[in-house]
Amino acid sequence: MTRIGRIYRIAGPLVVAEGLTGSMIYEVVEVGEEGLIGEIIGLQGDKAFIQVYEDTSGLTVGEKVVATGRLLSAELGPGLIGSIYDGLQRPEKAIAEVTRDIFIRRGMKLAALPRDKKWHFVPEKSIKVGDRVEPNDTLGFVQETPIVIHKIMVPPDISGVVKWIAPEGDYTVDDVIAVVEKGGERYEIKMYQLWPIRRPRPYKKKLEPHEPLITGIRIIDYMFPLAKGGKGAIPGGFGTGKTVTLQQVTKWSHADIAIYVGCGERGNEMADALYSFRRLYDPRRKRPMMERSVFIANTSNMPVAARETSIFLGVTIGEYFRDMGYDVILVADSTSRWAEAMREISGRLEEMPGEEGFPAYLASRIAEFYERAGHVVTLGRPERVGSLTIIGAVSPPGGDFSEPVTQATLRYVQCLFALDYTLATRRHFPAINWLISYSQYVMFVRKWWDEKTGGEWSKFRAIAMNILQREAELADIVRLVGPEALPEEDKLILEIARLIREGFLQQDAFDPNDSYSPPERDHVIMKAIMKFYEKAREAVSKGVPVAKIRELPVRLKIVKMKTYPTDELIEKVAPEIMKAIDTEFEELVKKYVIEAEAMR
Amino acid sequence: MVNTAAMYVKETTSTYGARGALLFVKSLPGVRYNEIVEIDLGTETRVGQVIDVSKDVTVIQVFGGTSAIAQGKTVVRFRGETLKLPVSIDMLGRIFDGLGRPIDGGPPITPEDYLDIHGNPLNPAVRIPPSEPIETGISVIDALLTLVRGQKLPIFSGSGLPHNRVAMQIVRQAAVRGTEEKFAVVFGAIGVTHEEAMYFLNELRRMGALDRTIAFITTASAPTVEKLALPRVALTAAEFLAWKYDMHVLTILTDMTNYCEALRELSAAREEVPGRRGYPGYMYTDLATIYERAGRVEGKKGSMTIMPILTMPDDDITHPIPDLTGYITEGQIVLSRELWRKGIYPPVDVFLSLSRLMKEGIGPGKTREDHREVFSQLIAAYAEGQHIRELTMIVGTESLSERDRKYLEFADVFERRFINQGEYERRTFEETLDLAWEILSILPEEELRQIRDETIKKYHPKYRKRT
Repeated sequence: MTRIGRIYRIAGPLVVAEGLTGSMIYEVVEVGEEGLIGEIIGLQGDKAFIQVYEDTSGLTVGEKVVATGRLLSAELGPGLIGSIYDGLQRPEKAIAEVTRDIFIRRGMKLAALPRDKKWHFVPEKSIKVGDRVEPNDTLGFVQETPIVIHKIMVPPDISGVVKWIAPEGDYTVDDVIAVVEKGGERYEIKMYQLWPIRRPRPYKKKLEPHEPLITGIRIIDYMFPLAKGGKGAIPGGFGTGKTVTLQQVTKWSHADIAIYVGCGERGNEMADALYSFRRLYDPRRKRPMMERSVFIANTSNMPVAARETSIFLGVTIGEYFRDMGYDVILVADSTSRWAEAMREISGRLEEMPGEEGFPAYLASRIAEFYERAGHVVTLGRPERVGSLTIIGAVSPPGGDFSEPVTQATLRYVQCLFALDYTLATRRHFPAINWLISYSQYVMFVRKWWDEKTGGEWSKFRAIAMNILQREAELADIVRLVGPEALPEEDKLILEIARLIREGFLQQDAFDPNDSYSPPERDHVIMKAIMKFYEKAREAVSKGVPVAKIRELPVRLKIVKMKTYPTDELIEKVAPEIMKAIDTEFEELVKKYVIEAEAMR
Repeated sequence: MVNTAAMYVKETTSTYGARGALLFVKSLPGVRYNEIVEIDLGTETRVGQVIDVSKDVTVIQVFGGTSAIAQGKTVVRFRGETLKLPVSIDMLGRIFDGLGRPIDGGPPITPEDYLDIHGNPLNPAVRIPPSEPIETGISVIDALLTLVRGQKLPIFSGSGLPHNRVAMQIVRQAAVRGTEEKFAVVFGAIGVTHEEAMYFLNELRRMGALDRTIAFITTASAPTVEKLALPRVALTAAEFLAWKYDMHVLTILTDMTNYCEALRELSAAREEVPGRRGYPGYMYTDLATIYERAGRVEGKKGSMTIMPILTMPDDDITHPIPDLTGYITEGQIVLSRELWRKGIYPPVDVFLSLSRLMKEGIGPGKTREDHREVFSQLIAAYAEGQHIRELTMIVGTESLSERDRKYLEFADVFERRFINQGEYERRTFEETLDLAWEILSILPEEELRQIRDETIKKYHPKYRKRT
């Protein structure tokens, strides 16, 4: 049902149309003779306020506006993996091929999923003609990439009796692969489905976030764990290594599908991410990362309004793969740019501004986004569990966390990984500040970690956090009176804190051995540090000065543990170091006790 | 700056009013958003652009200000064209104003094409990560903050610091390696004072490099809108050379603070909701549409590199202008008042500065194989020297060890001989790295821990003299 109106006013990305009675909010419209894509974001009398996703130069008052009667939707089906989309899900690679141009020009219309490509469809064996199917029931499979099996599911708004299902064979996404009938109405099911990007996809129930999502970053996994289906934020000023950290999380996390939303960020960074995803291999499956990734690239110089949709498009694709029973991670860089896009549009709508000019609904929009994360039992048979984990970058102006976007975000995320400029200038990377950062999932993932480490994780983590906390307190005293004035016990705290920082928290993203650190590796390093601490404490209690402990050769060996490949570290290096800690301390204490006695 | 062959389609004299650079007129049918209009005052004509159009009112941003505009007398002509710059390869060697009109006394150019100054966004899917250097001939930049083709690397300066002289030195000296490569510089000066404009014009005329340079200059007294147009005009010319003529183009824009001030002024005139410190909320996006025109793409030999220069108000790096710029650009070169007081030129603060893409742009075949190690060692040694300097301020120099004294000497020599450089002195990558080795050799060899032994054997002056 399409209706036609006329342009009344044009002001940048905002177009006001008249004569579109009966329109709904978020309905997609085609603006002008070129049919620029827009969305109705406000209705007032017979005037519709339209946010246009493309440059509006050259439009004139009186040009036609066509309301399409549908909501802005994502195309979901085989062909998503490895794609690079803009905020409206136009395939950028395909656009470059079709137009043979290095620029993206407006008015381009290309289907998100390739229409001519054939996929090998294998029907689900248990589904027979005459069976009743419910939303999300699996009808068949497509091996989309060597590591991703794409499940073809009944769309969430369809159920009924199977009248026909296609035999195994090659089909395009446009071919009908099943026919379902309900109440005398026949639905043709294709390999792709449409879903409105602003509406969360349904699921059966949400589960507790009891399983950690391993990211391969030690400070996150061990100290501030992220859970499958969790939500976290990474705020940081420029130059704090935000993008490197996010890319690390996307690359190494133990997720089946990774979605990277570049929202209003640098083009060269996007190029770098794409380049490394093509070259880098997933260490767990030995295949290029690209074979499990979807990119949404709406760089800062692309139309502002499409930034807003890029975030929701990413989440929708994430939920779709979650519904197949996969663990999905979505990384959005940066949600601040998304919020700024909202501010810009809100300003043009002449809405009453909230804090710092951001719209008053900023917080609820941010909540809508993060709340779509979750560890769920999906709809559909066979029963499956999937998760969508969301990590959003925040770029606070001037690195000041008190600004509205950071503050609104902190109300909805459960993990905070705060990037710190001071750490970055000291070349401590990842520059995640351990005093400000937190994770609400520690309680939930404790069981998982403790089973893996024989109960040591909870203990070690608590001790390490205590030492780091104590170090910060002591730092003030040290600044006033110097480290020499401290009692030996406190000197030891400073020494161990340094060991934790240098040997454990610091992780070089560009060192092939240390870029990805699995839980076993984290624990082995922490275990050595904890043993060193325990032995050192004993030695100190026997009167050994910390200065002597600092000189032990094994100290440097512990710092260097992270430079070894994981297998070698666990099998060879770590046992040697554990032994060395014993012997070196034994000798030190012995020597010291003898000396002390001789003195007496 | 627009196609003069365009047909005048409509005109009106019914203006509702004017404010700042904005003119409000009664809408005519068929007026296009962003189109160019001609405003005829009787005695002169000005150019304007439609920035808001509704059935009743059209808002025009006037290039040249609204002074002397009279209701009922002034004629506004709509020409149905958007803002376009006539471009040609013959622009090389010429000097223009902010709207692309020659100001060097030469003839108008014969356009090969008319390009929309706003350009189009590069398709992210065809971008390639930048990985080849540009030699600026300035040691501290080439060695420690290497500029990479396709990068956007700003200079953060302060008022009274010699950023304009650095800019001119780069215009004179910058080059790319390889005989096949074509190189050009586009220089844009936004809202500069009369003195600065004279300096630029004299320097440009005097230097031998003018034939590979296009310059655009607007003075501080030029209309706001011309200042806003200048960066886009300059980049449109640069894109033409880069993507049409396969050239490696370095665009230098100074002073972007003037651009941002102009943007704020216009935003206030439009009564928009102000963001931080009165700058419009969309300043990030606006700056991004300028800086993101840098890059390299598949299938094209040329590249677009941008070096914007801005003065930080009150030397404050968290001010919205440097802050938002830093979020968009790939690093920053920060000038230091302290070094400048010491008489060091160019006074680059090595610790606050960073070139994010440098890692990919240096090494064998690009600069020299020892570059990476020399870079780490220089930074580490200078940091240690600085640290010891701070210590001596508290404890004096008496108790210093021999090693510490060496580091102090290193830090001094590093500033005086390595960072410091003549304004007309051009050092190649090799000369810069050799100089670095010479200065590093002040330190005992065992202190050079960032450098592998084989590299030391090959490049350390001690071993080189022998062979």
